[in-house]
Amino acid sequence: MAKLPDQRPETLGGYIVHGLPFPVETDPDALAFLKRMAPIQIEQDYRITYLHSYGQDSPWFAGASNRHLLATRDPDSGYTYATPRGHDMYSGGETEWIDLTDRKARVHAFTVCHFGSEEFLPETPYVLALIEFEGANTLFLTRLMGVDPDQASTDWVGMEVRPRFLRNSKLKPTDVYFVPASAAKK
Amino acid sequence: MRPVYAISGGVSKFAKARPDKTFQAVIKEAYDYAIADLGLDFPAFTALADGSVASYFSDHFNRQLMAGIMVQDYLGLCPKPGHRVEGGGATGGICLQEAWKAIASGSMDICVSYGWETMSHVETWKGNEFIALASDVSWDYPVGGFYSGYYAMMVTRHMKEFGTTVEQMAHVSVKNHINAYHNPYAQKRERYTIQDVRNSPMVAWPLTRLDICVMSDGAAVSILASEEGLRKLEAAGAKLTRPLVRITGVGRGTDAMRMSDRPHVDYDAFLRDYATEQERGSDETRRYYKKLWDHGTRYPGVHSFRAGRTAGNMAYKQAGIADPINDLDFVELHDAYTSSEIQTYEDMGLCRYGEGGPFAASGKAFMPGIDYGLKLPEKPACPVNPSGGLIACGHPVGATGLMQAVFAIWQLQGSIGRHFGDQALQVKDARRGAIHSHAGTGTYVTISILEREE
Repeated sequence: MAKLPDQRPETLGGYIVHGLPFPVETDPDALAFLKRMAPIQIEQDYRITYLHSYGQDSPWFAGASNRHLLATRDPDSGYTYATPRGHDMYSGGETEWIDLTDRKARVHAFTVCHFGSEEFLPETPYVLALIEFEGANTLFLTRLMGVDPDQASTDWVGMEVRPRFLRNSKLKPTDVYFVPASAAKK
Repeated sequence: MRPVYAISGGVSKFAKARPDKTFQAVIKEAYDYAIADLGLDFPAFTALADGSVASYFSDHFNRQLMAGIMVQDYLGLCPKPGHRVEGGGATGGICLQEAWKAIASGSMDICVSYGWETMSHVETWKGNEFIALASDVSWDYPVGGFYSGYYAMMVTRHMKEFGTTVEQMAHVSVKNHINAYHNPYAQKRERYTIQDVRNSPMVAWPLTRLDICVMSDGAAVSILASEEGLRKLEAAGAKLTRPLVRITGVGRGTDAMRMSDRPHVDYDAFLRDYATEQERGSDETRRYYKKLWDHGTRYPGVHSFRAGRTAGNMAYKQAGIADPINDLDFVELHDAYTSSEIQTYEDMGLCRYGEGGPFAASGKAFMPGIDYGLKLPEKPACPVNPSGGLIACGHPVGATGLMQAVFAIWQLQGSIGRHFGDQALQVKDARRGAIHSHAGTGTYVTISILEREE
């Protein structure tokens, strides 16, 4: 039998308090007693909206929203970055755009996240994978769909996969995700 | 460069939360301990300290910019020089090395390195989100940013490439938790079995909750001095613990923020740029690596940390270490994950790449004289994380690398029994140890060698 939860989850939020216990008279004994009080903890809210620029990587997002998986490469050496970089690490020169959409691709490494950062908790369990492409020198981090999160196995490493694109682009790297190459084409 | 001595340290109790004090006051606990251990009082030490380096990782956790100066003033170190360093999980290791630079260069004679993190001010999963912001926010974070997930991807590759098993990883968890049973500063002092580790909730396959360190509030302080600094301290009445401990090797390496950008170099480049002296000099090891490469291994990929290897090679060269497992009496390394301890065995040359899994289960990294409830085929050779490491002590990020320094100082002074109230974790006749601090997915790594003066 699975272990039943025996603890309630701890969350923030609660009553608003007005007035705290404090000695009526601040005589020396009362002041000395303050050293024995428990700390006061308050909630502080903090929200902010950033205007984030993809800068020189922007064409990748335009490509993904039009069902093209772009990458960059050094024009001289051909060193290819599956996650685009504006400049090559070795020559220091500017890279050029290439299209990887139809390149043969495989799972290089993966995991199934059963927990996650707060933003992604509602999506658990989800599969993260690093994808390798034929002729590319670096990898691409993505979500892998179409595999059973409860059947994780290192046999998934090396699995042939292909990209699939969100119809309604969110202008995030998750506009593309990968599925086993054997999955039916839509 | 001048000789640099690590003369004293202090660690606050690492805990899930320390609402009883503000961060400055928690650091003062560690600072007061370090000063008292020198046999000086606060004003006498303050008069001699030349300055400081502050270590904390995240402005988000504190929701306070320039927190470093708030510590500097609370410790009474104003108007002396000071600055903050930041390098993710390696912040503490970088801090120690920056303090080392201040002394080695002749800029200071007595330098205080202090570090802390206050991670309890947000809920655990928000904390994971903050930590995940230490990955590329254009490309990595939005895909499902989660550090345990990033490390789990490294593991699946390590398993596929080298045959590493989850049971081998669990050996690290059992070892570090049971070591911490004897360390009063540790957050978690538990006796677990391999089955306990595997049966605990799955976080990111194949890493379970007991494969992963916890978030903590805590602080650590280490005091460094030159020979002139030693003279000044003793002239003021300090009673320095002898044998003295000297920092004899300092190495640091880096790698690309995005794991996906790591290179996959061929055999010749590996041997030329990354192999240890020992690996390069052994026909048998060269053949071993050639065979790995013939089967498709490339370096470092996502299974290895070239920043760690680079830091190790640099520090070993400075300290004259040719055979790490025999030349080091203990190692305190950054085991944020059981798997990263295994990866780090390999980076630090305690074993060859690909052999970290069997090494973890061999017994070589365990403490002698402690019952782990495991059948270990080999005798301890070089205890790794005798303190319990991050997995059991906790990981208040900016404090962690300095905590390692403090425990290493105490090991080399032979004073573990005095500080822990328990002799079990004292490595017998410890002469030389290494501390290893590690950031991101292997982006910054520092390795420092500490030695007992004969």
